[in-house]
Amino acid sequence: MAATLPATHYDPKKTMEQSTPHGRPPARRHVAPWADKLFAVLTSGAAWLTLLLLVGIIVSLIFGAWPAIKQFGLGFLWSTEWDPVQEKFGGLVMIYGTLMTSFIALLIAVPVSFGIALFLTELSPGWLKRPLGIAIELLAAVPSIVYGMWGLLVFGPILARYVQAPLQSAFGGVPFLGTLFSGPPVGIGILSAGIILAIMIIPFIAAVMRDVFDVTPPMLKESAYALGSTTWEVVSKVVLPYTKTGVIGGIMLGLGRALGETMAVTFVIGNFNQLDSLSLFQAANSITSALANEFAEAGAGLHQASLIYLGLVLFFITFVVLALSKLLLSQLRKGEGKNT
Amino acid sequence: MLKQFVRCSLAASAVLLWAGSAVAQDVTGAGASFPAPVYAKWADAYNKATGARINYQSVGSGAGIKQIKSKTVDFGATDAPLTDEELAKDGMIQFPTVIGGVVPVVNIKGITPGQLRLTGAVLGDIYLGKITKWNDPAITALNPGVSLPDDAIAVVRRADGSGTSFLFTNYLSKVNPEWKSKVGEGTAVNWPTGAGGKGNEGVSAFVQRLPNSIGYVEYAYAKQNKMSYVQLKNKDGNYTKPDDETFKSAATGADWSKSFYQVLTDQAGKDAWPITGATFILMHKTQDKPANATNALKFFEWAYASGDKSAEELDYVPLPAKVKDLTRKLWTDSLKDSSGKAVAFK
Repeated sequence: MAATLPATHYDPKKTMEQSTPHGRPPARRHVAPWADKLFAVLTSGAAWLTLLLLVGIIVSLIFGAWPAIKQFGLGFLWSTEWDPVQEKFGGLVMIYGTLMTSFIALLIAVPVSFGIALFLTELSPGWLKRPLGIAIELLAAVPSIVYGMWGLLVFGPILARYVQAPLQSAFGGVPFLGTLFSGPPVGIGILSAGIILAIMIIPFIAAVMRDVFDVTPPMLKESAYALGSTTWEVVSKVVLPYTKTGVIGGIMLGLGRALGETMAVTFVIGNFNQLDSLSLFQAANSITSALANEFAEAGAGLHQASLIYLGLVLFFITFVVLALSKLLLSQLRKGEGKNT
Repeated sequence: MLKQFVRCSLAASAVLLWAGSAVAQDVTGAGASFPAPVYAKWADAYNKATGARINYQSVGSGAGIKQIKSKTVDFGATDAPLTDEELAKDGMIQFPTVIGGVVPVVNIKGITPGQLRLTGAVLGDIYLGKITKWNDPAITALNPGVSLPDDAIAVVRRADGSGTSFLFTNYLSKVNPEWKSKVGEGTAVNWPTGAGGKGNEGVSAFVQRLPNSIGYVEYAYAKQNKMSYVQLKNKDGNYTKPDDETFKSAATGADWSKSFYQVLTDQAGKDAWPITGATFILMHKTQDKPANATNALKFFEWAYASGDKSAEELDYVPLPAKVKDLTRKLWTDSLKDSSGKAVAFK
């Protein structure tokens, strides 16, 4: 272990040398006094610009959605009716679809990503680390439409034949599980969308987790190992507590991507605007998929306004998710030092 | 290195500027995606013949209508015709360009193309979710001697708003009263059942992959993918197959002379295919830029005169000559520049 340990003995000479000033500090150079100011204005301008854009987007979303907000109010959020012909709109189907697919995606992606990161940082032999890490990062570079096509043409049929059909025949009569696995054996729906999303966000979460695991000071890990900890104890008692901010940040990054993913989801979710069963195999719809499918042909008026309203809801969901993650982090920080 | 980069980017932006000013002279149009392949082919051939350029953006009918209303394009294109009142409100005219058909397709083991026969009412009940099995008495009664499986029907339809869905739901509304009252017609409707595929590609992929499924696609997709189309009973009570002749027959049956608002579904005629529709071009009556309008009309005149063959190659059906003449008359009568002079097109 080559990590430099902090000096354990006090060396007065060295410290004196470092802290004693040698003469006066150099006079400030006044080469271009306006340059500093310009730089400050530019950087603060860039920061404010993003804030301004954010406000602008919210305002224009509210403005665009106003006819629908006025017509349906908050009832939009729990109405399941989406009827462009009668001009009656409610977003619950899409909101449910968005949240449920993202939830399934996280349920799968978080443990798998954790495993990947753990293996790469703690267990993998040195020669495997780089190729494996690069392969996972490459997954992130695959365009989402490719995942969508793959999901529709390859993965969907496999899911229908080898997962859904056996599950249905096994749990057909069981009250809760039976409903969960019911539906036409098509291989598209909430579950396949969730799984495709999981595959898409795994590289993001895994890459962030690996990077933060890597920055855990080796000294801490070595100390834990020296005290006789197993690898699992080191990871759960040392690495995870040290890197929780980064880990949660990585998960949130993945969740954000899952909530906003459009193209891959629209291929495999089935785009079905009815909520008549809570089955995992039921075709459903997500906010982004509804927007992508219907926006081009939606005439001006309530249909378009309702779609923009959906966009506003998605914006709000993302905002809440971010706020919750910040809250979670601050709670975790409060708890620090109590259990150890 | 840096200098070279700056010089290169300067040159590039100069080229872009030049190209930009050239594009400004071109005729631009936007709208329906259904006729986009034939418009592109026409534009290419027209460019080779005359040197003039037509820039068509396939953005969807709804967006096309928006763009022509705000006059950001010279012509808009839509699959669903606007009513005469809507046209009058915005001071626009519309005229048809080509005809296409929507074809129900099935994937049932042992059923060959054209073997299955359905009526509009039964088709509507399938899409309403009322008929759920292929061996339902309502279907077997229409198909004596055809063995249909005791399997659930997997219904497939378009997920995105589209002119294809408009024609399909318009037809079902005409022939199935329950469909009309419960669902209605439109580019996007509240589908009571079924999985949604994105675009014609999505629907044909679903139907080809799912056993015992039914879907509907544009004729070109059914033909090129050799899918099992369904024979439909038309208004005159005959079962017809979708092809150029039956589409043309539906178009001839309509009375174009009073209004171009013609949805060609469920038309009378011995051989008329019941789910036929024309696709339309929208232009403003009073033209701020008469030169562009002249160029646009010249293009459409050229397409009417010499574009039929390329339309047929792409499995669209050209308009009957009678309808073309009515359109030419409309151009002369209704399209004016700001001083009230007719826009020339010959």
